[in-house]
Amino acid sequence: MTTATTSPAETEQAPPGARKRSPLAALGGQNLSLIGALVVVLGLFGALNENYLSLSNLQVIAEAATITGLLAVVQTVVIICGGLDISVGSQVGVASVVSAMVFTGTGSSAFVGVLAAVGAGVLVGVLNGLVIVYGRVNPTIATLAGLAAYKGLAQLLSDGRAQGYVLNDPVFVFLGRGKIAGLPVMVWILIVVAIAVHVMLGYTDIGRNLYAIGGNDTAARLAGININKYLVAVYALIGVVAAVAGILLTARTGSGQPVSGSEGLELKAITAAALGGCALKGGKGGVGGTLLAVALLGALENGLTVEGINTFWQNVAQGVLLVAAVVIQQRRNGERAVGLPH
Amino acid sequence: MTTPGTPPPTQATPGVGVAVENVTKRFGAVQALSGVTLAFRPGQVTALMGENGAGKSTLLKILTGDHQPTEGRVLLAGAPVSFASPHDARRAGIRIIPQEPEIIPHVSVAENVYAGSLPRTTGRRLDRAELRRRITSDLARLGFEKVIDPDQLGSELTPAQRQLVEILRALTGDAKIIAFDEPTSSLAENEAEALFALIDRLRAQGIAIIYVSHRMKEIFRLADRIAVLRDGSSAGVLDATETTESEVVRMMVGRDLSSFFVRQDVARDDVVLELDGVTTDDVTDISLRIRAGEVVALAGLMGAGRSELGLALAGDRPLRSGRIALNGRPLRLRGPKDAIRAGIGLAPEERKAQALFLHRSIRDNTSLVSLERLRRMRFVRRGRERAAAQDFSDRLRVRTPSIEHEVRKLSGGNQQKVVLARWLLRRPKVLILDEPTRGIDIGARAEIYRIIADLARDGVALLVISSELPEVLGLADRIVVMQGGRVTGELGRAEATEEAILHLAMADDLAPLDPARAAARPRTDSAPGGPR
Repeated sequence: MTTATTSPAETEQAPPGARKRSPLAALGGQNLSLIGALVVVLGLFGALNENYLSLSNLQVIAEAATITGLLAVVQTVVIICGGLDISVGSQVGVASVVSAMVFTGTGSSAFVGVLAAVGAGVLVGVLNGLVIVYGRVNPTIATLAGLAAYKGLAQLLSDGRAQGYVLNDPVFVFLGRGKIAGLPVMVWILIVVAIAVHVMLGYTDIGRNLYAIGGNDTAARLAGININKYLVAVYALIGVVAAVAGILLTARTGSGQPVSGSEGLELKAITAAALGGCALKGGKGGVGGTLLAVALLGALENGLTVEGINTFWQNVAQGVLLVAAVVIQQRRNGERAVGLPH
Repeated sequence: MTTPGTPPPTQATPGVGVAVENVTKRFGAVQALSGVTLAFRPGQVTALMGENGAGKSTLLKILTGDHQPTEGRVLLAGAPVSFASPHDARRAGIRIIPQEPEIIPHVSVAENVYAGSLPRTTGRRLDRAELRRRITSDLARLGFEKVIDPDQLGSELTPAQRQLVEILRALTGDAKIIAFDEPTSSLAENEAEALFALIDRLRAQGIAIIYVSHRMKEIFRLADRIAVLRDGSSAGVLDATETTESEVVRMMVGRDLSSFFVRQDVARDDVVLELDGVTTDDVTDISLRIRAGEVVALAGLMGAGRSELGLALAGDRPLRSGRIALNGRPLRLRGPKDAIRAGIGLAPEERKAQALFLHRSIRDNTSLVSLERLRRMRFVRRGRERAAAQDFSDRLRVRTPSIEHEVRKLSGGNQQKVVLARWLLRRPKVLILDEPTRGIDIGARAEIYRIIADLARDGVALLVISSELPEVLGLADRIVVMQGGRVTGELGRAEATEEAILHLAMADDLAPLDPARAAARPRTDSAPGGPR
């Protein structure tokens, strides 16, 4: 054969693309388009309404986006490892009610109220994880069930009404209204959580393993990663962060809210993660893109409100954005349009 | 024996029949077929043989419109055709019976057969009377009334009946060419005999039949002609009545790979890995020993349980009974992590599906199982990680401009080197390599053989699972042959020949087949972790 005479020297081409990366390219195309969209939205509404870009309105946008942002950050984590959690909104409701009711029940102890809410969050999150991993229930279905069940739980606990009054307590007032260095405390909490999650994803072996699980679970398993443990822990983390969001909701509104204020948050969180570049199949995504998408969604929502556009349209806009984000993603992956998508 | 290129298929196939002429198919850097010319004539069974990776599947896919040839053309009844899709090929009368039948579980056999072209009444409702008439006449025509009930549900069918559904599907409409891809791999012997009788009948009806199989006995039972592919080229076409098994084997193997293998005797006396009566769901009573620096090859046909044994040693399949010991200490493997910690590594059979994270960098893929050693607190020490990944990437000569490149952009050979780099960085005591050179070009192959030799010199105990006999013969100090989940024999380097290995690998084929074992086929993979 002819191959016998040629030495086993490699003839294939080295893959192209060894260029030095410019700082702009390092940011990523996805993030650049998000920044572009954000500039367009801010510019558009700023031109339509002079108050839109005022400091006080920007602060309103930031505060309104905080709870969504917290949920979107943890949604990013679960999507990276190939799962999904659509029960986050209901979890916020449970935590909000628990924090207010325990606060009232223990004679105005904010500390115990906060602790109880976080405990409830852990329980609910671990339950989600166990049902998914050991019950072998698809994450979408399992957390869809959670969406209904936890909402019902919050309503049962609270009898369907707002519970307690917390704004006589300095801790809650500080969480809901306080400022540090000119920025609302709520926004600081989001910043801290986002940085912590970003560091975990990018700089620790935990993050590597999460990306591995979402990228190829068989390979992750054979590489000795305890997938079950990681998945349960991720859902528990969601429970904790959702509880923090619930506590902030209580602090902002002054009382425990079973449904109002938390309904529909799952849609916002998932939309933000998808717009931010998370592959819904798992293995790809990051906190930076998600936060940009949260800012974009927040700016858009506020702009539409300021312009007096019917809030029903905002729901339509959100649905459209979610579908558009995924369609673009699938196009980039070169998915063949045959049958149900994977 | 004829040489490729002669005689021209256009002359050889008047009337119906299909031929490929100078067909070449490239996938990126991989040349799957080069200049293949073959004719499949009506009323004849042409067996298509070749080692794994010789190009049989690619050729079938070109005939059925799944792939388009890079060069060359397909001739149908002497006229060139170009199939844009499997649908086109089907309309032209070309059918393939896939290895794993696609059966819709919750509908009847009759609806399974006619799925996609169900008869219906004017009101667009299913015309059950017409469907029944058609399926009854099909079954009568083929003589299968007693074998399968048209009202049975897809989920209730035996492997043979499932195959039959695919055959019935293939025969609807006007089939001129039917290709069978290893049809007997899931059949018991009596079922296989029924299939052969059917193929005889189809041949008598003037259908051109392409029959892909590794089983010599079947080939000589059925085939009129035997076409042999080797490394993507046609090695020749033999008349089945005038040839012998050993001539076919010689033609399949053909090339002289021996120059690529590094002959050395570095095995030491200390036994590293010791299996004693290891039994899992897929393998039974496996006992073997591997010494430091020894290369043991695990040979056998596909489905012999070799990969499953590899997975069991990597901690991914629970032991039913038996014992695994490493350096004399018994191991209890509750999962892959235990195996990795103990010093056992596995480069699995399907590197893309089971080993690689295609969207992550070479660095990430290399360091993954060694992160425990590359971290402080839980933080990955990036500098060390990068240095280690770069070092092994260089040593294994991974062709890439940077270790930050995504692994999916690499060629198969370089991807395999990344998998090896992952384990080299971990420094295992035992390394299991499952089909380490599958789908890899000859140059990268030689490099992988060199890496294996280096590992042996460093005292690693190596278990190489391979379906390629020249590779098995060239690499191994000792060859263990498996079939049906059991070890059927062991050969030392001196006594090992391809014939001896094949004989042991097909031992059961020669003896009467145990139908119970054929029915209880090993199930594949139910992964823990998140369902999706």
